[in-house]
Amino acid sequence: MKFLKLVCLLFIVSLLVTSCKNESKQEIAIVDTANIYVKGTMDAELTSPPFVPAPVGNRSAKKLLVNMEIIEKEGTMTDGVQYLYWTFGGSVPGSFIRTRVGDLVEFTLSNHPDNKLPHNIDLHAVTGPGGGAESSFVAPGHEKTFSFKTLNPGLYVYHCATAPVGMHIANGMYGLILVEPEGGLPPVDKEYYIMQGDFYTKGATGERGLQPFDMTKAIKEDADYVVFNGAVNALTGDNAITANVGETVRLFVGNGGPNLTSSFHVIGEIFDNVHVEGGDLINKNVQTTSIPAGGAAIVDFKVEVPGTFILVDHAIFRAFNKGALGMLKVTGEEKKSLYSGVKQEGIYHPEGGTIQTMPETKETKEKVVAVVKEKSLLKKLKDGKQVYMNTCFACHQAEGQGIPNAFPPLAKSDYLNADVNRAIGIVLNGKTGEITVNGKKYNSVMTRQTLTEEEVADVMTYVYNSWGNNKTNVSIKMVQEVKNK
Amino acid sequence: MKIILRLAIFLIFLNSINLNCQSKIVKIKGGEYIPLYGRDSLMVTIDDFWIDVYPVTNKEYVDYVKKKPNWQRSKAIKLFVDESYLRDWQNDTLLNANQKLNSPITNISWFAAKSYCENQGKRLPTVDEWEYVAMANKTMPDARSLKNYNQFILSWYEKPKTFNQTIGSTFKNYWQVYDLHGLVWEWTSDFNSVLITGESRKDVDKDSNLFCGSAAINATDLMNYAAFMRYAIRGSLKAKYTMKNLGFRCVKDN
Repeated sequence: MKFLKLVCLLFIVSLLVTSCKNESKQEIAIVDTANIYVKGTMDAELTSPPFVPAPVGNRSAKKLLVNMEIIEKEGTMTDGVQYLYWTFGGSVPGSFIRTRVGDLVEFTLSNHPDNKLPHNIDLHAVTGPGGGAESSFVAPGHEKTFSFKTLNPGLYVYHCATAPVGMHIANGMYGLILVEPEGGLPPVDKEYYIMQGDFYTKGATGERGLQPFDMTKAIKEDADYVVFNGAVNALTGDNAITANVGETVRLFVGNGGPNLTSSFHVIGEIFDNVHVEGGDLINKNVQTTSIPAGGAAIVDFKVEVPGTFILVDHAIFRAFNKGALGMLKVTGEEKKSLYSGVKQEGIYHPEGGTIQTMPETKETKEKVVAVVKEKSLLKKLKDGKQVYMNTCFACHQAEGQGIPNAFPPLAKSDYLNADVNRAIGIVLNGKTGEITVNGKKYNSVMTRQTLTEEEVADVMTYVYNSWGNNKTNVSIKMVQEVKNK
Repeated sequence: MKIILRLAIFLIFLNSINLNCQSKIVKIKGGEYIPLYGRDSLMVTIDDFWIDVYPVTNKEYVDYVKKKPNWQRSKAIKLFVDESYLRDWQNDTLLNANQKLNSPITNISWFAAKSYCENQGKRLPTVDEWEYVAMANKTMPDARSLKNYNQFILSWYEKPKTFNQTIGSTFKNYWQVYDLHGLVWEWTSDFNSVLITGESRKDVDKDSNLFCGSAAINATDLMNYAAFMRYAIRGSLKAKYTMKNLGFRCVKDN
């Protein structure tokens, strides 16, 4: 009898145990994304920054065909500065790839025949050797196909991993791949793709012409440009991203590096949600989120009031002096109850590429004897505009209108037109203290601009020949005379 | 009489070939050097050899395929060439209008290049031979530590379509050899002996002290970066591959 009881007990216990086991097995089965059934085939939609493909939503996992072309091509880093970019899909950062967890991505990497170098791709979303780099190493004029299953939801960086790896990344070979969770991300009104990168040029920041990559500076992590989406002004002015008051905005933010960590911040907004490091962990009410090189973050927030919201790397000299600056322009009705203020758009514009120093009170002046070659007026105006957009635009604004109470106007400026030598002196030496322009008093600091004599002549001629000024043609000789006085 | 005549003609012919060759081939004095991927203990010894002054040109290759129809585009065995083989040509024996006779031949496979050289009684250079000659600048046999030597090479990567230039358009180096840098990549006989696996960073783990390892150690040594590119391109190739940026030249033993 006792024996029977024991057997019964054992039987029940074993049932319990096995049922427990069954349960835990089921749980594992649910989270094992490797077993998600793949149904059907579709072509991936790829987009250039700042745009992203349509949300995955509730679709089932599919075989997703991604075709990406590598193109080595010249582009504009900032006005007057060209750079040879190496790109995935023709843009820096490369095309945005949007998948869902469980997708089987069939990736074809094509290396354009005109390219000089072999490349490959390491997608951090890949579970496998080299993130795919091993299978995708491809010579110019060839293509390689490999496939991988997206096992983990999140936002991931991809980049080239061909030797020297750092140089390929520094030339712009990176981008983002999003793996959406089951059922997709919560819907929002606007989504954008932003990726920071640091660039190293042989010439100093802002130096004109086609600038070659500088390996020494890259090793020293001494960046000449730190930018969003591959170039200074890629996200400002007409390229700004937009939203309407009341909308929710989601930014997929990546950092290609190669070296610098981003302290990503949107001036005048607080992130409602941040997918920390692009993963599952959600932090709320965040001011600045840290995005490591080779990392990403998903941030979203609701825009409550209109205005221009400035995106920066809050390592702030990068923003105002090296280009890490973008704009989100929000239109709609004012909400005085939330924000009353006297808004001034644009004072967070870049101060431009040149090195700035404070005005000098006394300086030793050396006589410079050089052969001066004057350019045509037309050429001067063209070059002068570039200098202006690089250096003066931030304070004096696009139409020379200045900023009320802060920076005096250059358009129809009585102060400017009255004395050309004084104006040259201010550009050369900087200016502090009160001045009166067109009847209004200004008391601010203009830093001394480190421009060449030629650049000073160009930019001043441009200013004098724009916006209703007196059309003075400033020669290099005039600049030299003021400099040597 | 006939025999003598034949012999004479043959000799003249032979001489002309020789003369022809001598104008375009120079002797390289062998020596020891440490390749990019090496260490002090890994000195490589190079014997004396002869090398073409210029890469093989379009014209030379046209002449070759006229003589050897089995290397014409439509007839070449697919095992030996990929689909891009001579693809810019108008047909089997005619260049495209915008291709210059004295530009380097490109879109050529390793098999084709090897066969061309062998037909001339020559061979493709080894990686070590090629690198040995190519480490010279205008005045020094080994200029690899010079900044401007490396910058010249690196700046080449930023010049598009250099394969359209003609031979001799870059500098003549210490050995009187032209165009090793700045025109096109060149095939070597053992191009894939220093393996890049495709996953460049993994090579660090290998015993063979491949370049990524030494890059990590000598990261400030800029000379490596220009050369990495060559090893990377070689590592990406298979023998049947052809590329717009890839040509070749031949060498000869004593």
